[in-house]
Amino acid sequence: MTGSLSGAAAIAGIGATEFSKDSGRSELQLAAESVRAALADAGLDPSDVDGMVTFTMDANSEIAVARELGVPALSFFSRINFGGGAACATVQQAAMAIATGMAEVVVCYRAFNERSGQRFGRVQTAAARQPTSTGLDNGWHYPMGLATPAATVAMFARRYMHEYGATTEDFGRVAVTMRRHAASNPNAWFYQRPITLEEHQASRWIAEPLHLLDCCQESDGGVAIVVTSAERARDLPHPPAVIAAAAQGSGPDQFVMNSYYRDDLTGLPEMGVVARQLWRQAGVGPQDVRLGILYDHFTPFVLVQLEELGFCERGQAREFVADGTIGLDGRLPLNPHGGQLGEAYIHGMNGIAEAVRQIRGSAVNQLEDTEHVVVTAGTGVPTSGLVLARS
Amino acid sequence: MSDPITETARRIAAAGESVRTPARDPVNRPMINNWVEAMGDANPVYTDPDRAARSVHNGLVAPPAMAQVWTMRGLHGQRAADDPLGVMTKVLEDAGFTSVVATNCEQTYHRYLLHGEQVTVSARLENVVGPKNTALGEGYFVTTSNTWYVGDEPVAEMLFRVLKFRPSRRPEEPASPTTAESGTSSEPVIRPVIGKDTAYFWEGTSIGELRIQRCGGCGLMRHPPGPMCPECGATNPKFLVSHGLGEVYSYVVHHHPPMPGKALPYVVALVELDEGPRMLGELTGIAPEEVHIGLPVEVAFVRVDDELTMPTWRPRTEGSGR
Repeated sequence: MTGSLSGAAAIAGIGATEFSKDSGRSELQLAAESVRAALADAGLDPSDVDGMVTFTMDANSEIAVARELGVPALSFFSRINFGGGAACATVQQAAMAIATGMAEVVVCYRAFNERSGQRFGRVQTAAARQPTSTGLDNGWHYPMGLATPAATVAMFARRYMHEYGATTEDFGRVAVTMRRHAASNPNAWFYQRPITLEEHQASRWIAEPLHLLDCCQESDGGVAIVVTSAERARDLPHPPAVIAAAAQGSGPDQFVMNSYYRDDLTGLPEMGVVARQLWRQAGVGPQDVRLGILYDHFTPFVLVQLEELGFCERGQAREFVADGTIGLDGRLPLNPHGGQLGEAYIHGMNGIAEAVRQIRGSAVNQLEDTEHVVVTAGTGVPTSGLVLARS
Repeated sequence: MSDPITETARRIAAAGESVRTPARDPVNRPMINNWVEAMGDANPVYTDPDRAARSVHNGLVAPPAMAQVWTMRGLHGQRAADDPLGVMTKVLEDAGFTSVVATNCEQTYHRYLLHGEQVTVSARLENVVGPKNTALGEGYFVTTSNTWYVGDEPVAEMLFRVLKFRPSRRPEEPASPTTAESGTSSEPVIRPVIGKDTAYFWEGTSIGELRIQRCGGCGLMRHPPGPMCPECGATNPKFLVSHGLGEVYSYVVHHHPPMPGKALPYVVALVELDEGPRMLGELTGIAPEEVHIGLPVEVAFVRVDDELTMPTWRPRTEGSGR
């Protein structure tokens, strides 16, 4: 398997709606608009599409989106579980379908009214009542009062602070950097609205040790990604973002956001599973990469990801981020679009789009050295990742 | 040796069968139509005159299991003054056994009822056994029997047993997990899904036991539990009862958003039990700013209602341990 996927497929198109707090239209319309935009960006028609992949959580089925677009036939459709952990895996599914000849043009999409509709940051009572293994899992946490994404991450963060001496200011430096990047991105919700570390520290507690400004936004919007063979992509309008590596991962005694029963709570072993595959498939390592798009729903897990991906030693991420390393002028800029803390929370899909822009050279905060970009998906859940390359 | 409850029971039982109460309506087709539809019973002998005529019944009959339907009292009906279950229930409630759960129901049918037949029912008290200590609390098992008649012919009988009990209360539990403080959510608590693999845990909390799954094959302790041991593959999970002591391994102070049934802010602690496994629960009895990793805690059970008792944590007191 290793080597056969790397380089077989590429991202040829990206599309998105505006990012807002109240889209004023249906989730299906957001999905259809973003897919249509991505196909136009790729120079392809709906009739070229023969595959679709989305999140298990997405409310818009593949066939519903295909109907709106007028896609006549699909030979491949698939869904990925575990919330934001699905993001990069949708592209992996697309690449695998293309590499094996199951499809030629696959669209990955995610669209929701996650602020004006059902807010993920709220207590999801229904999630605790599902008659499934996940519902049973939630029964050990929700009824006890641990029922929001922020609270579930805060439990890890507290232990990480205890083990490594990290502070909420270390978390805050991630938030400040993301908001600084978003401040110069006109598509970002927090365009021209940077924050200071003092403002981070003064923001109210959500789930101590997490402040409000450690938490990503709730957003309305849609993002779509068009994947086709690397060969075909080279004939399309934009320089292809070649999928050099694509991987999924889950770890020992894995739960969704509540993997509290492992030996150690300071790591994200599922991201370690992803990282080892990414570097092996892509034939590069952390020393070769100068740009990261790391999933930033909550700041503490950005630090842990830096460790799991091998950009620094365990427990050292707070020192790694302390001196501006992750800023636009740093050694490893993270999320030049502002991430989900600054641009929008579209379950990681807007990060993939940013990686594509950086490879094309068309990003608003364009960086120089973007031969390889590593992208990660949701953390605390079974997750996924990509290495995209210019060639 | 006898108590007032047993004495009353003996008196009611000795009175024998109650006066027969007539059904509101004769056995009739409209009621049968509704019943078979609700039960999903498509047997034509109940509703199709032609096919019923060709059957062994030589005509329409009523489903035997409808026996009790004919003599139900309706929305505003009242028990007869001499109804033994009604009388016994009142006596037990006055003595504090206010809750009820049905435990047994056995019906015997002597023959099919024909459409148009007029049914009567009588009741008698068979026995009252107790007091018994049950998982639900202390209570009495009350057994009654009903006989349905057409004329003087018994056509069906039923043995019916209920447990009338006093809900068990532990000394320190609040009456309700919600309080009147500001920030309190008055919504009901979030309840866990309980399945075959996890029921033992919740049955444990209801009787004041913190149970940890232990593999019946290799002895591996595990929480949260599951049906198959990840160590040896055995599907023979047992449990041990934890001493309920441990230390805070990590914790969260939840400030926002509001949570059903909880006053803000509150602390949720991940506790490493002395036996090894970790377990999550609300930590009460301590100011949030005083909580720290390593804090010794002990389990405290909070009864939500008859079906749910939550395990929670509180700081360990001197000499705790069981």
